[in-house]
Amino acid sequence: MSIIIDEDQCTGCGNCVDSCPYGAIELESNKAVVLPNCNLCGICVEDCPVEAITLERDKASTEKIDLSQYKGVWVIAEHYKEVVHKVAYQLLGKGRELSNLLDSKLTFVILGANFDEELRDFSEYGMDEIIYIKSPLLKDYYSDLYVKVISELIEEHKPEIVLIGATPTGRDFAPRVAKRLHAGLTADCTGLDINPETKNLLQTRPTFGGNIMATIRTPFSRPQMATVRPGIFKAPVKIKKEVPVKVIDYNFTEEDSVSKIIKFINTSKTPVNLEDAKIIVAGGRGVGSKENFKLIEDLANVLGAELGGSRITVELNWLDPDRQIGQTGVTVSPKLYIACGISGAIQHIVGMENSNIIVAINKDPDAPIFNFAHYGIVGNLHEIIPILIEETKRMTLNKE
Amino acid sequence: MKIFICVKQVPGVSEVKINPKTNTLVREGILSILNPNDRNAIEIALTLKEKYTAEVIALSMGPPQAEEVLRETLAMGADKAYLLTDRAFAGADTLATSYTLALAIKKILSESDPEEKYLVICGAQAVDGDTGQVPPELAEELEIPQVAYVLNVEFKENKLIAERKFRAVEIVVIETKLPALISVLNDINEPRYPSMAGIMKAHNLEIKHLNSADLNADPSKIGLNGSSTEVWKIFVPKRKGDRIILRGTIEEVVQKLCQNLKDDKIL
Repeated sequence: MSIIIDEDQCTGCGNCVDSCPYGAIELESNKAVVLPNCNLCGICVEDCPVEAITLERDKASTEKIDLSQYKGVWVIAEHYKEVVHKVAYQLLGKGRELSNLLDSKLTFVILGANFDEELRDFSEYGMDEIIYIKSPLLKDYYSDLYVKVISELIEEHKPEIVLIGATPTGRDFAPRVAKRLHAGLTADCTGLDINPETKNLLQTRPTFGGNIMATIRTPFSRPQMATVRPGIFKAPVKIKKEVPVKVIDYNFTEEDSVSKIIKFINTSKTPVNLEDAKIIVAGGRGVGSKENFKLIEDLANVLGAELGGSRITVELNWLDPDRQIGQTGVTVSPKLYIACGISGAIQHIVGMENSNIIVAINKDPDAPIFNFAHYGIVGNLHEIIPILIEETKRMTLNKE
Repeated sequence: MKIFICVKQVPGVSEVKINPKTNTLVREGILSILNPNDRNAIEIALTLKEKYTAEVIALSMGPPQAEEVLRETLAMGADKAYLLTDRAFAGADTLATSYTLALAIKKILSESDPEEKYLVICGAQAVDGDTGQVPPELAEELEIPQVAYVLNVEFKENKLIAERKFRAVEIVVIETKLPALISVLNDINEPRYPSMAGIMKAHNLEIKHLNSADLNADPSKIGLNGSSTEVWKIFVPKRKGDRIILRGTIEEVVQKLCQNLKDDKIL
C-alpha cells in the first residue's frame, strides 16, 4: 500500500503540491516528492494532469468478495415517537433513481411496534417492497437492537446499496452496522449516482469544511452504505400502489438491550422546524447585534417563515444553536430562503443551496452569497427590511 | 476507572480557501490544530475525573507531529498520552481508524487491570473529514455500548447515565453498562484553557508512541488496506443561482423583488 509517483511522467507542474490538503508533496529537482506526513487520501491522484500518481493497495485488500450476489437498494427508516422522519421518504426518491439505473428493487425497511395501519401510506411512495420488523419494544430507538436487526437483515438479503438518514439516530446505528459488516459507509452525502461502467455507487460529500467536494466509492466491499442529511433529496410524488410487505416479528424485551431508556425530556423551548419550513429568513454577521435580530424576526413573522442564521450569529449568542444553518448546523431546502447580512461562506452555502429561490440582501456587492442568489439586493438591510416588511403586509392585505 | 479520550490533529479548515483561478486549495498559513470538538470531550473527561476517581488517557492516531495535540491535551489535564503512529496507518478510513484505536485501548487495558471499568469519550465530529463515524465504529470494535450526541453524563453504581440529544428540543435519558463509549457535541460545555502549570507539566510528560508492531495489528485491517471506501475524485463545488441583482431605490428594489417572487409563485 503506497503512493507512487512515476518520475518519467511527472512534469513538475506542481498541481499536486497545491491540491494536497496535508502539505505532504514538494517539488525536488522539478519532480513531485511525497513527504512522510502523506495521509494517502488520494486527492492528488485525480489532480495530476499526466496521470503520474497512483495509489496502490496490497493485493490482499482488493481480493474481491462476489459483488454480484448483492442486489437491490434499501432505505432504512427511523422514527421518533412513531412519527417517521421524512428523510426516509426523501431517500426513497433518490433510491428509486438508483434502483432504476441498476435495474433492481427498491426496499423500504422500518423497525417499529404499531405501523400496521401506516403500511398503506408508506406504499404510496412507490417502493417495490416493505420489510417491517415488528416488536413492542421497537416503538422507541434502541441502538443495539437496531444494529443487531439491521446487520442480520443485510447479511441475509444482501442489498447492494443501503441509504440511511444522517440524523442523530441514523448517525448512531449506521456506522456500527457498517463496522459489523465491514462495509464502506460514506457520511452526509449530497450527491449519489451510479458509475455507468462499473455500476459502483458514487457518493459525493462536502469535505474540509465544505470547501471541496469529494466523490467516494466503495470498490471492493458490499453493501455500499451512505447517510444523507434531511433536505438534500426530494420525496417522490405519491402514487397508488400495492406493495408486498414482509412482516418479521420479534419479541424484544428490555433485557435484550444493554441500554435502557429512563425518560424523555422535552425542553420547554418552542420546537424549531427549519427542515420543514417553506420560507426561511436567515441573518448573518451583517445584522449587527442581538437587538437587531428582532428586525429579521419581524420579517420572518410577516412571511410566516422560520428564523435561522449563520454559524457566527450562534457563536455571538444572537441566535439559539438549533437555528444554525450550514455545515455544522441543519441543511434546509425551503421554497424561499432570504439571506440577510450573510456573506456566504461555503460552510453556510452547503446548508441552504438546495433552496428553490434564494434572495440575498447584503451591503457588500462582492459578497459570495450573490453568486448563489437568484435575486440579490445590494444595500443596507436595516433600511431595506422595514420596507420589505411593509410591502409584504400590503400584499397580504390585498390578497385578503 | 479509566477514561480514554480520542483526539485528532486537523487542518484549521475554516481557513482553507480555494484559489478561484487554479481551483486548488490555498494552504499557506494554515496551522494544524486540535480538533475543536475534541476539546469538549476532554472537558467532560476532566470534569468526570474531578467528580469521581479516574485516570484520563489521551489517544491520537496520526503522523509524529500529532504529538502537538496530545501535548495540549496533557496541558489541559490528561494524565497520559499515546500516539499511534506508523506509515502503515496512513490512508485509513473510519473502519481502519476505529480498528487501530481499539487495539491501543485493549493494549493499555491489558497492561493494567483488564477488568477495570472504562469509558471512552470522543468528540462527535472532526472538522476535516466530518463523518462522525469513528465513535460508533470504535464502540463496535470494542464490543461495548455507545451513546452518541451526549449532552450530560454521570456514573451511578457502575452504570452510566447519559442525556442524549435526539432532535433539537428532545432529549432521551439513557442508562447503560460500563465499559461504554460516548460522543459529545460541540455546544455542551466551555472547554478549559491549559494553565501555566499544566503546560509546564505536559512539557515533561512522555508521550508514548505505538506502531503497528506494538499493537500487533493485522496488516489487512489498518491504513488504506483496511479501508472499504476511497476517494475517487475531488472538485470545487459549483456555483448556482441566477445572479439577478435588483437595482433602483430601496422602494423600487423591494417592489421588484416582491413582484418576482409573486411571478415565481412563492408569495
